[in-house]
Amino acid sequence: MSEVYKIAIIGSGPAGMSAAARAAKKGISHILLEKTDHLSDTIYRYQKGKHVMATPSVLVLRAECEFDAGKREKILDQWNNDVKAAGVNVKFNAEVKAISGDKGAFTIELKAGGAIQAENVILAVGTQGNPNLMRCEGGNLPHVQYSLDDPGEYTDEHITVVGGGDAGIENALGLIADAGQNNTLTLLNRGADFPTAKKPNVDALLAARDAGRITVMTETQAALVEPGWLTVDTPQGQTRYKCDRIIARMGAAPPRAFVEAAGVQFASPDRSAFPTLTPTFESTSKPGIYVIGALAGYPLIKHCMNQGYDVVEFISGNTTLEPADEPLLQEKLKGLPGRRSVSEWLEFLRSRVEILNGLSPLQMREFLLDSQVRAYKAGEPIFVRNEPGSSLFGIAEGSVKVEVDPSNPNITVPIGESSIFGEVGLISGRKRGATIRAAEPTICVEIPRMAALKLMSQVPQARETVQRITTERQVLQIFKSGLTPADIAEVLAGAEVFEVKPGEAIINEGDISDDLYIIRSGSMIVEKNLGGKPVFMSYVPAGSYSGEMAMIERSPRVATVKAAIRSTVVKLPAEPFRALLARKPELAKRMTDEMRARREINEFIESQKEEFGGAVDMYSSVANFLIKQGIGEATDVLLIDESLCVGCDNCEKACADSHDGLSRLNREAGTTFANIHVPTSCRHCEHPHCMSDCPPNAIRRGPDGEVFINETCIGCGNCQRACPYGVIQMDKPPPKKPPLWEWMLFGKGPGPGQPPYEWRKKAAKAEGGESPKLAIKCDMCSGKAGGPACVRACPTGAAIRVTPDAFLSVARIEKAG
Amino acid sequence: MTQAGGHTERVRQRTHEGFLRHKGFLWAQVATGLCVVVIGVYWLTAIRLHEPPSGGSWLGYLLGTMGAGLIVWLACLGVRKRVITAGHYSLKAWVSAHVYLGLSLIVIATLHTGFQFGWNIHTLAYALMMLVIASGAVGIWAYATLPERLHGNRGETTRRQMLDMIESQDRQLHELAQPLDRDGAAVVRLSIEDTDLGGGFWKRLTGSYDDCANRRALARLRNLPSPTSAKQAEALTKIEQVMQQKAETLALARRQMQITAVLEGWLFVHIPATFALLAALTAHIVSVFTYW
Ligand SMILES: Cc1cc2nc3c(=O)[nH]c(=O)nc-3n(C[C@H](O)[C@H](O)[C@H](O)COP(=O)(O)OP(=O)(O)OC[C@H]3O[C@@H](n4cnc5c(N)ncnc54)[C@H](O)[C@@H]3O)c2cc1C
Ligand code: HEM
Ligand code: SF4
Ligand code: SF4
Repeated sequence: MSEVYKIAIIGSGPAGMSAAARAAKKGISHILLEKTDHLSDTIYRYQKGKHVMATPSVLVLRAECEFDAGKREKILDQWNNDVKAAGVNVKFNAEVKAISGDKGAFTIELKAGGAIQAENVILAVGTQGNPNLMRCEGGNLPHVQYSLDDPGEYTDEHITVVGGGDAGIENALGLIADAGQNNTLTLLNRGADFPTAKKPNVDALLAARDAGRITVMTETQAALVEPGWLTVDTPQGQTRYKCDRIIARMGAAPPRAFVEAAGVQFASPDRSAFPTLTPTFESTSKPGIYVIGALAGYPLIKHCMNQGYDVVEFISGNTTLEPADEPLLQEKLKGLPGRRSVSEWLEFLRSRVEILNGLSPLQMREFLLDSQVRAYKAGEPIFVRNEPGSSLFGIAEGSVKVEVDPSNPNITVPIGESSIFGEVGLISGRKRGATIRAAEPTICVEIPRMAALKLMSQVPQARETVQRITTERQVLQIFKSGLTPADIAEVLAGAEVFEVKPGEAIINEGDISDDLYIIRSGSMIVEKNLGGKPVFMSYVPAGSYSGEMAMIERSPRVATVKAAIRSTVVKLPAEPFRALLARKPELAKRMTDEMRARREINEFIESQKEEFGGAVDMYSSVANFLIKQGIGEATDVLLIDESLCVGCDNCEKACADSHDGLSRLNREAGTTFANIHVPTSCRHCEHPHCMSDCPPNAIRRGPDGEVFINETCIGCGNCQRACPYGVIQMDKPPPKKPPLWEWMLFGKGPGPGQPPYEWRKKAAKAEGGESPKLAIKCDMCSGKAGGPACVRACPTGAAIRVTPDAFLSVARIEKAG
Repeated sequence: MTQAGGHTERVRQRTHEGFLRHKGFLWAQVATGLCVVVIGVYWLTAIRLHEPPSGGSWLGYLLGTMGAGLIVWLACLGVRKRVITAGHYSLKAWVSAHVYLGLSLIVIATLHTGFQFGWNIHTLAYALMMLVIASGAVGIWAYATLPERLHGNRGETTRRQMLDMIESQDRQLHELAQPLDRDGAAVVRLSIEDTDLGGGFWKRLTGSYDDCANRRALARLRNLPSPTSAKQAEALTKIEQVMQQKAETLALARRQMQITAVLEGWLFVHIPATFALLAALTAHIVSVFTYW
């Protein structure tokens, strides 16, 4: 029988490698299994020369391998040496297919055949998953590759890229970027369109195709791979053409199924959920399997490496290990009243705040690293109405009062210990709806949006609590009128929360239905059929309601309400709501007034339609155009009135000059309709897609509602891929220009605006030094007193920044009519 | 949702105004008011004298100071446009004031002269000023009429894309020319190597490209003797198509450059004349105080 290892480590990324090195140093029998023929495939596949960042800088590294910020190549070399020096028993080309057995006797089956026995298993396979493979005959030939490190490497080749997602399109465009490389490119796409790719990528691809620089074959699949040739199935039949290299980018299968098959449970079926673990990283459902690194929800290299070290300590019975983040937490909790130790604080918060009850001490630690604990004096404001803010607060001690009536701060509603507040900002990302003050000396924990979302995905109990409280508060906040939770209990009992796809209607004109809807996230547009055509009536942002006319008047629906973007709505049943109206005349009056105002707008549009049909049609089609451009999820968007724009590009120059010399907007690019041009520039989405997968959580929402990237960005490019509007660039700031007056008087330097590429290259060489390429996007000129420079610098007033609800108002008809 | 937050342009307007209409023609009203007052005062003073008040009178000094101050301030726009500071300014407001106050100079400076003209530095300064103003007026015409054509012409194609299109058409031509004989290849080379996209300012402004190499190549292509092989014949047909496409792309790009040239061209008078004016103005003021 073969050797039974004490620990088998699967995956040699920073986490697994560090675990193996620690085990080797401690003389524990171990084996490190790696799928590929090199260590740390995720880092191996970074772009050549990528500057790897070592954040968070305050966290101390505790590992047997060195790690410092620097070039990818340097770090990989370092690790190769460290692993060798530590005497790690590593087995390459050892992809694990399945894990069976129980603690003390696991059998690890390898794909290449054979099995390995181990008492404990450390799973450190990361989240990259396995690329989907070419399944056709010849798909395993060596000229088929699944990644592209350096597009500049290939010249004079016939290359076929398989896959019409962003990765495939970006690779293809990279390979033809320099015509001098003289590659002949073909892109195969299984479908007729490119639904998963970003619009700018698709546009660029189609433009390249139209310009004859690439052949795009849609509804086509590879049928046979031979050295030098590729045969494909097209709708017109098979064809065979020259092909020296195939780059297959057909997506990746996430490792979750493999992990679950081993018996490790995840917190929820949510795609973003992580495995449930004990404080020592052990699976709660499968003792003996330990999960660390990105797979466990810790995507930064430093975290991964520390965990590798810690987990080996835990397995070998060390129970007194002080976590590496202890000093960070001490620092964080320093100034607070109560003289508690870190672990006492953790327990205090966990047991006192309802949504934290279900967390493990390990989760509590990580959670607290992201969050803030603060003490407030009685009467001190915690946040103020109309402030933007997307964090969630939990009350650990004391209570707060909510000023529900902006005109009278004395009307307040209390929220007590253990409850939460700020949840509306968390869900809709819009401004704070009310001022909240501490009612007595109070201790609160402030949870940033990302941490709160993670919490909700990990702990089902937290999610339910937040959902319940959110619905209740949102109803109270929207309808105000002195309602109390008791008043609306009956209405809420029948409430239903559901998602609506873009374009899907929640209310259809003419229908007999009378429920009321609250828009929790996303936005709606209201349309009415006039003269056989749907005419845009109004825009309903998150945090408002719709459907009150039919509910109050028991009449058929007067207009269609459909989602502008993916939205979440709460449906409130009509009967209990009518009963509520009968009991609360103040609420009834409020809603009737609002209904009258909305009806006036509708009637105005209808009357205008009769007199100035053209103006109304124009208004309607402009609104539809903007919604199609994704303005429905914007909170602040730059538009250019092309009847005024003289093409001077002063907006771009101003942007560059007020932001390290790089322009964050591309005026010319983008789409246009009826003189309204939507340039390529950030819209500060209500739910920013870019935030969804940022390892250091560097993308935040600032005080003016701007979505910005802070200095912790590690340049991984996830946000660039996630933004559907193509507004994030990866770049490094150019060297400093000589002062403007020297340019004006002596023509020194490149002058105002973003310096040309040539100048940057020369000046960077002269300057020397290495700087990383980081994510760069509009920050709405955050912190600049005068506001966005693009708008201020436009000489003609063509550039404007607008919010969708203000811009899509009927005032446009009056102007045009 | 109109929250100011203390920022000039962060106020989200429902509709918006161009620089000419800025703040409901505020600066037009200020400038008109200024002119009315100045004309009124001048007329009241003039009717009591038998000769109109000249630059040397108290009123002349007043108007002269106002005019010189205005000219210096107007010239500062060139700096304001390029120095992007964080403050509360809006270039649109500056341009709006620039245009209307600049026009009011016609009244202020003309009255300052007291209608005394001659072949001297004083009249030169006046003439230069009128040149700057006249070119400014041309600029207003351009800004008011050309933007729609500028954007209508390009649709959603960017300048970069136009250049890329031409480059790729050249690559196609190069490949298609492989089977051709020497004469044929020379014609294709003419189009690839000698086509000049823009040319000097005048050329771009007038948009006359009769000597365009691509156009000549097309003409010569049509006059080539009949090809000897079917392969060549096919290549020639395709080449003609691509050259035709290239001609269209060139026309699009050149129209774009022409409109841009008009939009910028007037500044080539406005700015140098401003510098000349500032020099003449200095000379005018120095000579007045030295020789009066
Ligand atoms: C482009 C990019 C840039 C980034 N930049 C930074 C940065 O600058 N700084 C930073 O701190 N973080 C950065 N990150 C994040 C960081 O790289 C990852 O979070 C980190 O590598 C995760 O480490 P890990 O050990 O958990 O998993 P991984 O590094 O993903 O390693 C998993 C390993 O397991 C192997 N494996 C997978 N499945 C199997 C199997 N079945 N059998 C055997 N082996 C298997 C894989 O081949 C791989 O080698 C970046 C991420 C990306 C994508
Ligand atoms: C003596 C009077 C004037 C002086 C000294 C003057 C000077 C200047 C200067 C220095 C600039 C900056 C150009 C640049 O750097 O790009 C400018 C721009 C401009 N001027 Fe004048 N000007 C005068 C009168 C006028 C008048 C009367 C008009 C209009 C009728 C006018 C219209 C403009 C316009 C439209 C711009 C362009 C603004 C922009 O695109 O940024 N000017 N002027
Ligand atoms: S708001 Fe500021 S950062 Fe954004 S595009 Fe304008 S100038 Fe650039
Ligand atoms: S970067 Fe993209 S996803 Fe993020 S807020 Fe801006 S437009 Fe939205």
